[in-house]
Amino acid sequence: MTTRSTTLRNRFKLPETLITRLITISGYSAILFVVLIFFFLATEGLPALREVRLENLFSERWYPIEEYFGILPLIGGSLIVTIGAALLAVPIGIGTAIYIAEISPRWAREILKPLVEILAGLPSVVLGLIGVRVLSSALRVSFDLPTGLTAFTGSVLLAAISIPTIISVSEDALDAVPRSYRDAALALGATGWQTIWRVTLPAARSGVLTAVMLGIGRAIGETMAVMMVTGNAPVLPRGLSALFSPTRTMTATIASEMGEVANGSTHYHVLFFIGIVLFLISLLVNVTASAVVIRQRRRAERVLG
Amino acid sequence: MYGIIRGMNPRRLTVIFLLLLCLPGCSSTPNQRGDENSPQQVEYIENKGSDTIVNLALAWAERYQEIHPEISISVSGGGSGTGIAALVNGTTDIANASRKIKGEELEAAIENGAEPVEFVVARDAIAIIVCPENPIERLTLAQISDIYSGKINNWQELGGDDRVIVRLSRETNSGTHVYFLEQVLRLGDDENKTLFSTDTLLLPSSEGIIEEVKANPHAIGYDGLGYVTPEVKIIAVARSPEDEYILPSAATVNEGTYPIARDLYMYTASQPEGALLAYLDWIFSSEAQAIVEELGFVPVPVSDPG
Repeated sequence: MTTRSTTLRNRFKLPETLITRLITISGYSAILFVVLIFFFLATEGLPALREVRLENLFSERWYPIEEYFGILPLIGGSLIVTIGAALLAVPIGIGTAIYIAEISPRWAREILKPLVEILAGLPSVVLGLIGVRVLSSALRVSFDLPTGLTAFTGSVLLAAISIPTIISVSEDALDAVPRSYRDAALALGATGWQTIWRVTLPAARSGVLTAVMLGIGRAIGETMAVMMVTGNAPVLPRGLSALFSPTRTMTATIASEMGEVANGSTHYHVLFFIGIVLFLISLLVNVTASAVVIRQRRRAERVLG
Repeated sequence: MYGIIRGMNPRRLTVIFLLLLCLPGCSSTPNQRGDENSPQQVEYIENKGSDTIVNLALAWAERYQEIHPEISISVSGGGSGTGIAALVNGTTDIANASRKIKGEELEAAIENGAEPVEFVVARDAIAIIVCPENPIERLTLAQISDIYSGKINNWQELGGDDRVIVRLSRETNSGTHVYFLEQVLRLGDDENKTLFSTDTLLLPSSEGIIEEVKANPHAIGYDGLGYVTPEVKIIAVARSPEDEYILPSAATVNEGTYPIARDLYMYTASQPEGALLAYLDWIFSSEAQAIVEELGFVPVPVSDPG
């Protein structure tokens, strides 16, 4: 008996260690890739700081063919489009998730969940086409704007892109809240809405926050749809009125200019520098999100313990 | 077919084209050595320069090689300056340029023992377009410059409706953008450092400009004449208020009356002979000039033999 199990274990030992190794390597490779990408961005982008005077780099005019390399309008453009998208996507996304997880009858849930998944798989170029053909002129006419190619048009498309992510991730989080929490709240006399707002949603808080961050992450990195509908005018946004005028994002700038730029030129380095800024912004968003989640988890553990 | 080519990045196209050239090129080399019956050597023509012309030059080269399989033409872009530099250094047979050769380039060529010969192979007109709902029919170059630099912001100032002007332009990497900046915005003056107003919309494609202009009465845009569809209104342009207002067309461009038009050139290092001469002669045939029209440029008068 003992000898047989030893031989058995020996027979499986080699594949076992091999597979464990492979999994370990793939785990570490993620870290390696991030480091390599950052190293690549830094070597290509940091020369920009030497080649362009700082007051030029942080000025308000982006016109690279005449050596105006002000990236502030581009950062502002990305931020205003993303904030607009978040304002639209977060309430709608979480609202839909609550409806699917907590309120909807079983049959509606069966229809809605796969529909949301399909929406998540829609290529952004397709949304961009709809944006150019339908949305931009509809917005121009209904808001009486000079042009429909505005930051807001981009925000609407980005919201449409990030809503499915927000819905499916936060719906999973709400679903994972134990049944007993809801039963307890209802037994104490809470109404359905009070249960959702005071018990289920706070209990699923970290998952919902992750969903929002994933959605925003998708929005800020999105290129194609935004390039097609925001008009790409590098104007520094001042206040909320800028939401309804054309703007130019960092991603659209990199995408449209990288193809034609001479390798190793100042313009090339500045485009990579924009890549670094984009990388740092998404890093900041992610770190903030995990910090908030960890802090809340600790507090929840304290309360429950 | 040409629509696809036109939409592609010229540099990428060049790469694809060179790869395509490689296929028959590689396989025919052993053929020439071994096959005694092959009477003709493949002759190579190098063609390099302006990115504006690269698609046209590619289309010509493709068609010409169909008719004359014994000729192999390689086309690459890089800009007018690159092409002329290559001509001076003797690394290309034909230089494409969307501008005339400069004095110092000509001197450098003569120093190297070359006598560049100029051929105007096609012309390019840039049409100023607005929405058909816009009552404006005509503008002077100075007015267009003031619109794009941000001095004029409402159509009312030009006698139109009370609407904010929305300026549309191609992206900065487009040769058309640079031409427009130099010849219209700065009125051809080298000392003039006027820039596009920052709120100018930079659209990634010519089609995008047409799409926005045709529906939006606020908008003004510019595009190569070949891209303009009947859904938009073309503005008649005058050099100054006293001059006649002219609409762009093949005829007005060839007469030189339409002000926003440029010649597209090919240069050879000396009087062309042999295969090179045959190719350049073919470029002035009606078949080659029909391709010019297909790609949206303005053809030059053809000189068909008979």
